[in-house]
Parts: sequence; structure tokens; C-alpha cells
Amino acid sequence: MRKGDIIAKLKEQNLTGRGGAGFPTWLKWQAVREAKAEKKYIVCNAGEGEPKVFKDGFLLENYPEEIIEGIKIALKTIDNSSAFIYLRKDYYQRFKKNLEKLAKGFAITLFKKTGGYLAGEETVLLQAIEGKRLEPRLKPPFPTQVGLWGYPTLINNTETFYFVSQIAKDKYKKTRFFCVDGDVKNKGVFELPEDFSIERILKESNNLPDFDFFLQVGGGASGEILLPEELNQPVKGIGSILVFNQEKTDPFSLMEKWADFFLQENCDRCVPCREGVFRIKEMLKEKKIDKELLSDIFFVLEKTSLCPLGKGVSVPFKTLVDKLLK
Amino acid sequence: MKKEKRIQVIIDGKKIVTSDGQTILKVAKDNGIEIPALCFHPDLEVKGSCRLCLVEIKGRKGLFTACSTPVEPGMEIITDSPEIQKARTINLELIFAQHCEECQDCILSFNCQLLNLARRYKIKITRFSDRKTGYPVYQFGPSHIFDSSKCIDCRNCVEVCEKQGIGFLEIKERGHLFQIVPSSSKNKDCIYCGQCLVHCPAGAFEAQGEFEEIEEPLKRKGKIVVFQFAPSIRVSIGEEFGLSYGEDLTGRLVSAIKKLGVNKVFDVSVGADFTTTEEAEELIERLKKREGFPMFTSCCPAWVRFVEFYHKELIPNLTTVRSPHIILGGLIKTFWAQKEHINPKDILVVSVMPCVAKKYEIEREELKIKGFKPVDYVLTTRELAYLFIRKKIDLRSLLPQTADSPLGFPTGAGVIYGATGGVMESALRTFFERLTKKRLLKIDFKEVRGTEGAREAKIQINSWLIKVAIVHGIGNAKEILKRLKENPKLYDFVEVMACPGGCVGGGGQPLPSDSIIKKERARGLYQIDSEKKMRIAHKNPVVEEVYQKFFTNKEIIHSVCHTKYSPKAKEN
Repeated sequence: MRKGDIIAKLKEQNLTGRGGAGFPTWLKWQAVREAKAEKKYIVCNAGEGEPKVFKDGFLLENYPEEIIEGIKIALKTIDNSSAFIYLRKDYYQRFKKNLEKLAKGFAITLFKKTGGYLAGEETVLLQAIEGKRLEPRLKPPFPTQVGLWGYPTLINNTETFYFVSQIAKDKYKKTRFFCVDGDVKNKGVFELPEDFSIERILKESNNLPDFDFFLQVGGGASGEILLPEELNQPVKGIGSILVFNQEKTDPFSLMEKWADFFLQENCDRCVPCREGVFRIKEMLKEKKIDKELLSDIFFVLEKTSLCPLGKGVSVPFKTLVDKLLK
Repeated sequence: MKKEKRIQVIIDGKKIVTSDGQTILKVAKDNGIEIPALCFHPDLEVKGSCRLCLVEIKGRKGLFTACSTPVEPGMEIITDSPEIQKARTINLELIFAQHCEECQDCILSFNCQLLNLARRYKIKITRFSDRKTGYPVYQFGPSHIFDSSKCIDCRNCVEVCEKQGIGFLEIKERGHLFQIVPSSSKNKDCIYCGQCLVHCPAGAFEAQGEFEEIEEPLKRKGKIVVFQFAPSIRVSIGEEFGLSYGEDLTGRLVSAIKKLGVNKVFDVSVGADFTTTEEAEELIERLKKREGFPMFTSCCPAWVRFVEFYHKELIPNLTTVRSPHIILGGLIKTFWAQKEHINPKDILVVSVMPCVAKKYEIEREELKIKGFKPVDYVLTTRELAYLFIRKKIDLRSLLPQTADSPLGFPTGAGVIYGATGGVMESALRTFFERLTKKRLLKIDFKEVRGTEGAREAKIQINSWLIKVAIVHGIGNAKEILKRLKENPKLYDFVEVMACPGGCVGGGGQPLPSDSIIKKERARGLYQIDSEKKMRIAHKNPVVEEVYQKFFTNKEIIHSVCHTKYSPKAKEN
């Protein structure tokens, strides 16, 4: 690693992926740069598919130059590479013109996302760009080794590219973007220090509720449920906080909504996710929760699902059942 | 050759030296450590969808699928633990939750991985109500069926159908859940190869009537029942009785069939000798006329249907010679009936075939001779084995007998029909002698043998250079057809078998069936051929006798040995 090199800076600043998995960014960059191949790909993932999360849209609207700058840095860092910006349908329509203008003269292609939630997962995204069936690929090999059309591919979230450009200019102040939504007065996207506690984020954004509430943090579908006494911790996963008014929220219909969402959005490929989600949905329909059965399903979802979506399905249900249905 | 890198791993405490780049599942299996793997098929892509082959890797968090995880130097793998057991148990229960059992009538009844695993992990197969109750059963012509209520969504059938170049089985979303359904596209239809069936781990596919109707032929009162068995059966049926792959069971098979109480047992390989003789003649005819090239074989009914539906322009290129069991069935009801003074109406011919498409073939109207069908029933290898088991006939303990005269003694050329390249080789042997009027000294045509999906050879016979191609696995036909489009004169004669491996890999063969097993079956066939005194089809005494005494005019030959083809519309 060369001194002053962007990868060294990413390591120094300890930037982690902002798509939710939190993987050290420099490791990915290094892996792709070092991989031996005649060409390589870079993908900016703006497929944002978690319900109630809209920070990528916010960034595309307000900081498109910085995002493109981040991609250009990647193009320069990785030899023989070309890039895709993978955009959710509505983002594609809204930002196409501007992004194309900014990317002019560079090997950057816009790609309109097909499919929904699952298509935001990095290997599904590869399938989408290649025009194949929208389902996750087995890992290993990882996209950094075998990605788009078999070539090493760097996939980063929109926000990650934004911060790469900030780090390159030495302007990174260890912040991140948080979406706050739900039963709040001041919904929106807020840039705040990444180590702020949830409570502080709600306070600073003028969103701390004065009624009985609970939260879903880390995504509007796969995020975990937190109670008011659990707010003294930073946000894990995707930077999203969803506030629910306890009195106005029926936990069962909330869970049914999630179950419907996952049932519709999953790829039905692996047993635990296909059959497990179906059984959760059945249980909720009957409004009869068999805790032992549920715990078995959670177990295989977490331990044996093929992709991160399946592995994460249990999080909201499990935390809700544990905390709200005592 | 590149030297393999050797690495050491530990599986369940056992030190194993192996080559790099293999999966945990493969290394474990090669070393006698069994890991349950339901959706895994050695000839298909790794799916990783059943989530049963879970293992732990020391130093890494979580469970890993052995089918998709490569071994690494020093890796320490644990294939059994309370956590692994728990995960496998629950996933198995979830698999059973979508599989409507019908174990009493299932082609996997003796070899069901699902049931074996259920016993091993002591699972409650009814923990969940069956999700797929009421899911449809799809009929694929008179050939086979797909009971989608048994499907466990591994998608092996979809992959293999795609690999075959057909793509008739599709994944469609119905109410948020994907299902496997036959294509409604007017440009796609099933060709009845039955490869879906042999790659399904859940018994969701079966031949028409398998096993409900297997006793029908034996129940037909007042009939003279004649069984004839296909070339490849003799080296595969033993698998259903735990015998080794490729073992020659001709004699015991005949004994077992006789024990069923049938009147005569003949050998379809004798029919193959007739097919060869006529086909070699036809090739010589075409060479003389210098037209109709390349000539394609037509003994595979799935290939014929492929041409009639997908490549109608090739219909004139198919040899008009009938397939071996159809010719032999015809001879049984004409030549043999005449000889034995039997009314052909009183004869019931049952073919035992490695194939489900043969169930379709016998229904073809144009094959009728004076209004009767040459063959009345087709049983698959599996169906015959099941019939033996039901009648408590143990193939293993029987003394060998010979098939009946006069249609029970084939040449080696007729036996190798069951393997890819076999039809070509048989034809070349006869073709050589007929063309040169000389004795063929070097009988083997090794250049047409092999396992490559689409292969070519050039054979010099006197001044003739015969260019041939051999295809098995109908997906590989695409390549040959493409080459032919660029250069229509590229080949003189092309053999096509729809199933990978030829008939040894047919849709009616014992399960499991994979490329290693098929290779063993083929080896068995070539072994039989090499040990035969008679190895050239037209020199079979019964062939000579029939041509001298019975095939006295062209009409008779034509009615027994030749057929015609026509464009086919979508049936499914």
C-alpha cells in the first residue's frame, strides 16, 4: 500500500460500508485492486430497497458531485475498470440526467434496477446487471474475486462513495447519514457523528417522542425492535430509525406486514427462507404464535439461510416477540 | 499435465490429504464421510438450496454448506454436532412441509433420500401441514408426469431441461411463491427425454403409470405375452438389487422375466441388428444418390420429437428406419407369428426400455402394421425391477437362462446401442462390409466412442471419406446444428441421443443416475460386445434368415422396418 494512497486513507479513517453490513471499505478496495484480471468492475449500489430508508435518494439529490467523485477515485485506483451506478427505478428517473452529465467522459454507466428489495443485495445486483434470474449467488467466491461477468467487482453503497470523496479531500469527520421516519414530527435525513447514540440522534433531529413508543432500527423491514430504555447505543446496520407510537400500533398487523413483505420479496430459493417465512405468515394469519416452532424457524433462518436477507429475516420478529409480546 | 496442489484438511478428526479446489462435500464423500445433501447432483450446478449439508469449520462463526464451500489448507471441518443436527432436523421438517408424501407409490420407494434422512434424524414429517396440497399434476404426453405437490423446489429439473436446450420447465411466481410449471409458450414443448425425472431428488416426476399400471400386461387374458428388453437394461437393472454398476445380467434378467410367467423373451438388441442393417443400406442409398445429407439416426424418440417440433426442416434427414424395439415388435407380430401360426392379434408385446419417451413412441399411428401396434406396452427399467420385487423375484439368486429363439440372440453391435456412439459404430461395421464387400478385420471403431457431448470423426473406407458426428445430451445438438448451418456438407451421418450418455442415461433407468454411473453402464455394454463372437449386425444368422425367407419384397421390409415423420404441434 502506497503512502497517501486512497486505500491507506480509507484504512486510516476506518471507513466501513454504509449499505448495512459494515465491512471495512479498504479491504474490499484492496482485494479488487490486487485481483489479477484483465478487467474489473465497480458498482455504486443505489438500489435502496429497505422500506422507510431514503438516505441514498437524499445523497443523490444533494451530493451527486461527491458521489461521482468517489466513483472516479475508484476508477483511478483500480486499473482497467469501468463502473455502473445501480439505481432504484424512481432514482433512475429522477437523477439520470444530472448523473449522466456529471459522469460524462468517464466509464460510468447508469443501470435501472429491476426487482425489489432482494435486488439490493450485492450478488443479486450482479445477477440483475447481467440480466439473469434475481437470486443471490453462493459465496465464496466473493464479488471481489468473481463478480460481474466473472470479473473482480467492487460494490459499495452510495453513501460509501460519498465518504470516499470526503476522505480523499481530508474532509471526513466520522459522520453518517441517518433516516428518521414514522410517528415523528421532523422526518428526514440527518448527517451526524456515527457514534451518536440513538437517543441523541432523535434529540438532535428534534424527533424524540413524548408518548409511549418503540423503534425499529436498521431498516424498515429487517431492522431490530428497540424499547425506549435501549436507546443508549449507536445505530447498527443501515442508518435508519423508525418510530412507532405504541398505542396506535398493533404488533400483529406490523408483523404481518413484514411477513407479507418478505414473502413477496424473497427469492424462494433456499429452504429456511422460502418455507420459514411462509410458516411465520401462516402463524400470524391464525394469530396463534407457537413460540417453540417460531424459535426453531428463527434458528434455521439465522444459521442456514443462503443470503443476508434470509439471515436477517428473524431479527424484527424475534425482537418484537421478545420485547412486546411478553 | 498441471500438477495438482495437495493440501491437508481434517474432517471429524480424520486427517485427509486431498487436492486443492474441491468442495468439502466431495472430499468428505471420497473419504467415506457421509454428509446429507438433497439438492446436490454431481452433474449439475451447486445449488445450495436444501441447506442440509451443513458443517462447522473450526475458527469460523456459523454453519457452512459443504456443497458450496471449498476446502482450504489446514481447514478443520466438523460434520456432526448438536447444532448441525438441530439445523438439519428443522430444515428437513420444512422440506417435508412442502412435499406431499405418496410413499406407497413412489419411484424412489426403495431409495428415498428424504425418508432415509427423516429416519436418521428422527424427524416428525408431519410437523407442518403440507403446503402443496392440491398442487397440480402435469401430464407430459404419454411419457411421464410431474406431480408438483411433491416438488421441493430444488430446481434441478429446470436446470437440466435448460441444459438439454429445451427450457420447457419454468419458474413462475404464483401468489408470492415461485413454482415450477411447464411452459405455456407456443414455441416450447417437452420432448419426453425424462431427464427431469432422473435429476429429481423428491420423486416428483415419474413415468406414466409408474408403478400403478405395471401389472396390466400380465393381466391381459388369452394373450401370448412376449417381453423384449433393450440393450442397456442388461447392465443397469442390477442396481435396483444392489448389484454393481455395469454388471452383465442378461442371463439372470431373462430368467427373472420368465418367472413372471410370460410366454417368450426376446432381445431388443436383435431388433438393433435389423435397424443397423437397414440404416447402413439407407446410407449407401443416400451416398449413391448424393443427397439427403447428413443422415440422422432416429432410434431416439425424444430426438425425433425434437426434430419434428423444433427443427422441422431436418425431417428429410432423419433415417426412415424404425427403432430397434419397434422393428422387433413388428417382426414378432409378423415373421414370428407366421412361423408359429399365431394370430398377431393374440400377441402382446411388452418392451422394457431405459426410456420414458418410448411410451410416447409406441403410440405413433404411422408405426402400425396392418392396423396393429408393433409394441403394446413399454415398461421402464425401474418398472420391471419393481415388478420383480412385487412378485418376489430376486434377480440376484437366479440361474442365468438364454433368451428365446429365434429373436433372442443379438450381435455385439446390437448391444452397444445402449451407449453413446454405439449406433454409429454398429452402422459403420455393417456399412464397411456392405460398401466394400470385404470382411471387416478391425471391428472396433474407437474413434466414435467417448463421452464428449458433441464429437466428430472421419472414417476412410476405400475411396470414401465418411464424416460422422455423435451427439448425446440434446443440448449438445445445438452446436452440431450450428456447424451444419454454416456448412451443410460437414457430415454424412450423425447419431443423436437425447439423454446424456445415450440410453444408459435414459429417463427410465435406475436412480441415482450420474455421469460416473453411466460410464460404468457403458463400459459393461462394450465389454459384452468385445466378448461376443458375432459382432457385425447383418451377419446375425436371424437377420440373414429373415432377409432370405421373410423380407422377400420391398413392401414387407418397408412395413416392418421403415416409417415416416411429420411436423408436430405443441402437445403439452
